[in-house]
Amino acid sequence: MQPQSHRFKQNVSVALQDVQLQKALERVQEGFVDKRAAVVSTLPEFEQLREQGKAIRNHVLDNLDFYLQRFESQVQARGGQVHWAENAQQARDIVRDICKRVGAKMVIKGKSMISEEIALNDALEADGLDVVESDLGEYILQLAQEPPSHIIAPAIHKTKAQISELFYHAHQKLGYTRKLDTVPDLVNEAREVLRSRYLEADVGITGANFLVAETGSNIIVTNEGNGDLSCTLPRVHIVTASIDKVVPTLDDASALLRLLARSATGQEITSYTTFSSGPKRAGDPDGPDEYHVVLLDNGRTEMLAGAFRDMLRCIRCGACMNHCPVYGVIGGHSYGWVYPGPMGSVLTPNFLGLDEAGDLANACTMNGHCASVCPVKIPLPDLLREHRRRQFERKLQPRFARFALAAWATIVRRPRHYQPLMSMGIRILNRLGRGKGRFKSLPMLGAWTQTRDLPAPQTQTFQSLWKKQRGDER
Amino acid sequence: MSARERILNRVRAVTADKNGDDPARRIAEPPRLIRPDLGDDLVQRFGEKLTLGGGSLARVQDLQQAVVEIELFIRDAELALSLRAAPALKGLPWGDALEVSFGPSAGDDLVSVTPAFCAIAETGSVVLLSGEHSPTTLNFLPDVHIVVVESNQLVRHFEDAWIKLRESGEIPRTVNIITGPSKTADVEQTLQIGAHGPRKLHVIWIDR
Ligand code: SF4
Repeated sequence: MQPQSHRFKQNVSVALQDVQLQKALERVQEGFVDKRAAVVSTLPEFEQLREQGKAIRNHVLDNLDFYLQRFESQVQARGGQVHWAENAQQARDIVRDICKRVGAKMVIKGKSMISEEIALNDALEADGLDVVESDLGEYILQLAQEPPSHIIAPAIHKTKAQISELFYHAHQKLGYTRKLDTVPDLVNEAREVLRSRYLEADVGITGANFLVAETGSNIIVTNEGNGDLSCTLPRVHIVTASIDKVVPTLDDASALLRLLARSATGQEITSYTTFSSGPKRAGDPDGPDEYHVVLLDNGRTEMLAGAFRDMLRCIRCGACMNHCPVYGVIGGHSYGWVYPGPMGSVLTPNFLGLDEAGDLANACTMNGHCASVCPVKIPLPDLLREHRRRQFERKLQPRFARFALAAWATIVRRPRHYQPLMSMGIRILNRLGRGKGRFKSLPMLGAWTQTRDLPAPQTQTFQSLWKKQRGDER
Repeated sequence: MSARERILNRVRAVTADKNGDDPARRIAEPPRLIRPDLGDDLVQRFGEKLTLGGGSLARVQDLQQAVVEIELFIRDAELALSLRAAPALKGLPWGDALEVSFGPSAGDDLVSVTPAFCAIAETGSVVLLSGEHSPTTLNFLPDVHIVVVESNQLVRHFEDAWIKLRESGEIPRTVNIITGPSKTADVEQTLQIGAHGPRKLHVIWIDR
């Protein structure tokens, strides 16, 4: 998709006014957050597992060349092929060439964020291929012609009524003429419609939750079984994955799987965890004749070399966005590209540049919730602060913001001036807000007060309260 | 220079000074990682976790009873007494009540019966391997998937399944770890069973 991250502020304004979206976002908090907390509380080893997960991922990054080559040789030993792509264009071309060579007409897809990152569907459709997403959420979005708004639950922003409308229009030509209003009916209709598509498809494209160097396997984790059908029924299976997905052994993969489902959906494990290694073997009654893995760099080797290396530990669980108060009110589409929430705010400027996506990092409130739930302990707020520092260094913020920041920095470094100034400001605001205790609007802060009130401050600064209390105690 | 070389060179440039574990060694002898404590009753744990994921379990004493249980389960599901089984199960005492055929599924079978490679107590999962006698399509296309497991196939953790797998030789094309029926929560986060794969997963446990 065309990045819309530079429109972040406008996107946010729209999202805040969107009643349907706000309702859907409430469900994210209720659903994912509570379920994760419940499942984590039943596993006493969880904190140790996080530490171990971090160590495994760091070890991989320290030895990435070794593990990538080992993975490649294992895939080849089992009759598969590995293709390397430095950027999105190369990755698209590799997939397009395979589809052309095998004379494909129809492609069925499992969920893959890399496929979104390289905008694969558009490229394949431009070649005249019939491309069908099989993950229910992705299928809904394909009908709606929208990008995902969450990495685990891509259609989380859609309501039942909207989905019903989409199905009604899309499935009429297939003989489904009833407007559906229950979840079971909607899921069933999608099941029926998609079933024949799996059987028709020439090529199945899936992502990879992990790539295992030990065995040359790709792992996909699903509840629907859609990815598994997509990689079993068509005669060609293509895996699109980024180079950071590799892990050393089956044991390491298991250690990370223990973290993944719990962090993502609050399940101990999903219904299906599937390891594919090469094409079908001699004598196998089913499975694909060809197996390809496309390994994508697209800026990751640059991240490996710099301040954002820790971000490459990410296992794409989505916990950081589920727990982010900013994501919780602006939703995934506001971020304007493929990856939303805290992880997206770190990744997107790396992939698209600070000019396009710098604002994403500026929306963070530094509450640190994301880092405290991240299963591989990525210091997300620190990485977001690094983006801010670079913007300041490169003078990317608006002149006024830079001036205000510089002025604030000057004052704050001089406590003798800062403290009296703060208490004066607070007293003034307190007096102005007296009675209501909050401001409905404030000069120059219109954008802020448009969707919320500013609480009027107490009469004293934290510092003077602190001093007083300490004084009282002594 | 190829894309492969350029990517690997960039990686090498920033991973040149390595310390910590030797990667080749890690693959040859995977270090023991943290394994969650499971308690003592592994069979009970397996059953609990399987049910938690939406699957069901029936315990029987021998193969004869297993076939009876299969028939009962199909009757309960109000389906025709016809099924597609993995060729590996040709030796079961099938009898005449059930119409049984063997081989992969082309999408029109309502019930499948397959063996398992092992069962994992930690998560209540069954592990199925693809091969000449166990087609993968049987695990996903039918509406009802019945898996026959013998009690001596139970292992504690994932890692124990991998030990078994490494001992058995070559990793097959597909390893399926299955924990419950197909489900989705993609419509308004409402859990719905039977998204694309089986609507029911039933494990028949033969105590040996
Ligand atoms: S940054 Fe951490 S919490 Fe966020 S998706 Fe990645 S692994 Fe999950």
